[in-house]
Amino acid sequence: MTTTALRPPTRPAAPAKVKATHRAERLFKASPLTWFGLVLGVFLSLFPFYWMIVIASRTNDAANSWPPPFLPGGKLGENIERVLANGDANVVKGLMNSFLVSGTITIATVFFGSLAGFAFAKLRFRGKNALLLIILASMMVPIQLGVLPLYILMAKLDWLNTMPSVTVPFLIGGFGIFMMRQYAEQAVPNELIEAARVDGCSTWRVYWHVVMPALRPAAAVLGLLTFMEQWNQFFWPFVVLADPSNPTVQISLRSLNTAYFADNSQIFAGTLIATLPLFIVFVLFGRQIIGGIMEGAVKS
Amino acid sequence: MSLDLHATAPPEPRPPRARTSHRRASSATKLDLKYSPYLYVLPFFLLFAVFSAYPIVYTVWIALTDRSPLNATISFVGLDNFVELITDDPQFWNAVVNTFGMFVLSTVPQLMLALMLANALNRKLRAQTFFRMAIAMPIITSTAVVALIFSMIYAKDFGLINWLLDAVGLDPIDWRANRFASWFAISTMVDWRWVGYNALIYLAAMQSISKDMYEAAALDGASRRRQFWSITVPQLRPTIIFTLIISTIGGLQLFTEPLLFTSGSGGLSGGSEGQFQTITMYLLDVMNQRFRWGYAGAVALVLFVLIALMSTINYLLARRISSDK
Repeated sequence: MTTTALRPPTRPAAPAKVKATHRAERLFKASPLTWFGLVLGVFLSLFPFYWMIVIASRTNDAANSWPPPFLPGGKLGENIERVLANGDANVVKGLMNSFLVSGTITIATVFFGSLAGFAFAKLRFRGKNALLLIILASMMVPIQLGVLPLYILMAKLDWLNTMPSVTVPFLIGGFGIFMMRQYAEQAVPNELIEAARVDGCSTWRVYWHVVMPALRPAAAVLGLLTFMEQWNQFFWPFVVLADPSNPTVQISLRSLNTAYFADNSQIFAGTLIATLPLFIVFVLFGRQIIGGIMEGAVKS
Repeated sequence: MSLDLHATAPPEPRPPRARTSHRRASSATKLDLKYSPYLYVLPFFLLFAVFSAYPIVYTVWIALTDRSPLNATISFVGLDNFVELITDDPQFWNAVVNTFGMFVLSTVPQLMLALMLANALNRKLRAQTFFRMAIAMPIITSTAVVALIFSMIYAKDFGLINWLLDAVGLDPIDWRANRFASWFAISTMVDWRWVGYNALIYLAAMQSISKDMYEAAALDGASRRRQFWSITVPQLRPTIIFTLIISTIGGLQLFTEPLLFTSGSGGLSGGSEGQFQTITMYLLDVMNQRFRWGYAGAVALVLFVLIALMSTINYLLARRISSDK
């Protein structure tokens, strides 16, 4: 499952009536039960993050004690050093690979997605609707369906245990095109394109100078969602990156978990490191990410 | 909708405002208008052809053979793989039962909780942004991270949940040994990651419902619970169908959480007796441990058919249920 969403059809909002808002406000007052539910929801959402820090900052003995520890200890630096030095997991290599793979896919998705999205939203060509339908259908097909031939193909290309195997097939997905198409349709006025045409712009120049700047907000959201999704990819890397010496960071975590002796404080230090980049992204751009998820649900 | 390019940029006579087009050959402009759109959508279709369409067609072919890296020759076996899979493979059916069990056990509470959370967030609240950020936080974790954290929370000896059970005077549970317990544990992992995400989608849809409807209902004396079931839920029908289908596609592919629920090697078998082995785990088991590639092709195809079937059933069901209300 992806972190990104299609646009489900929803009914458009009726125009709000000003005089009704006062009464409506009372109607939407939060009850104590509402508050209780929300606080509980927030607690359950955040507790595993806190718990991750607690275990990652304890010795393994303290992590496996009864009752379980509830407060962070002072061993965080030590555990992180140990997990980074772990020769079986190759966490440092995994982090670098994940940055490389996710970064490449993100840039390619935003570029190709906006280009194709522009074509589908604003250009005329034969077979457009049929092609768009194929793109939509491609989003519904799980990777498992073709996993075996894809694996054989990677072996033939000699890409097994290398980063191209987890990068190249995902450089542009249907979702990116579809999202950019939806946005381009309403964000780029036809008059603007027309004017550029009259000024003698080629289609490429129209894209580069007129459309791309207008698509920037959507491109940012698409980039964030794509980076998060790719960073967290597990199934396909698990299939093609069987050799633990050249992993993505998620596969490093898998190696930590398969170790003969389960060192929980080290595993948790690993999960902390693997989550930190996306945590930083979320702190910086959380509003845009949430906006992207919610807008994806409304616009249709 | 789309622009009539031939009308706005005729090759000749040139419109008076054209400043640069006189330097361009008109045939080049024509070519540009006619063929550049195909160039722009080409990258997707190239990748799609090589890395999606071709593997899918190849899967169908391979499923009709006994191909294996261990065999020197490949022979055509017709539908033998499918016949064996459906009539004579208890382990496959065990994986099907597990997958559907965990799918129901995770999806139903997931969407219900998301609806309730969204309904709460739709009230007038201080610190809206904080609440939204907090409940959306879990989506930044990978499924691998979720699985590892919860594996420890559900540990038999020093796990948090068993400590809680002990604190209220209940016996500890061996979460991995018991089939239903393992399903429950894995379902909570899925739900922890996805409830907030679905809640945000519902919230967005709820905000577009006209407040007048609630006001009219309140004037008629409808309670909040009644308003929720009679206005909110029916109005959200398209969104509920959408989330249900997305959850079906994702839920039936369940893989990482049950795989990492077993520490040490051998995660693909899904517990000592396969009590939480899913279809995808079984697929990789057949493919990479038993090297029966032809048979794995059949497993992949049946998995896809099941997903398509369940998505359709859920779509029809959701349409029925919410139109009855």
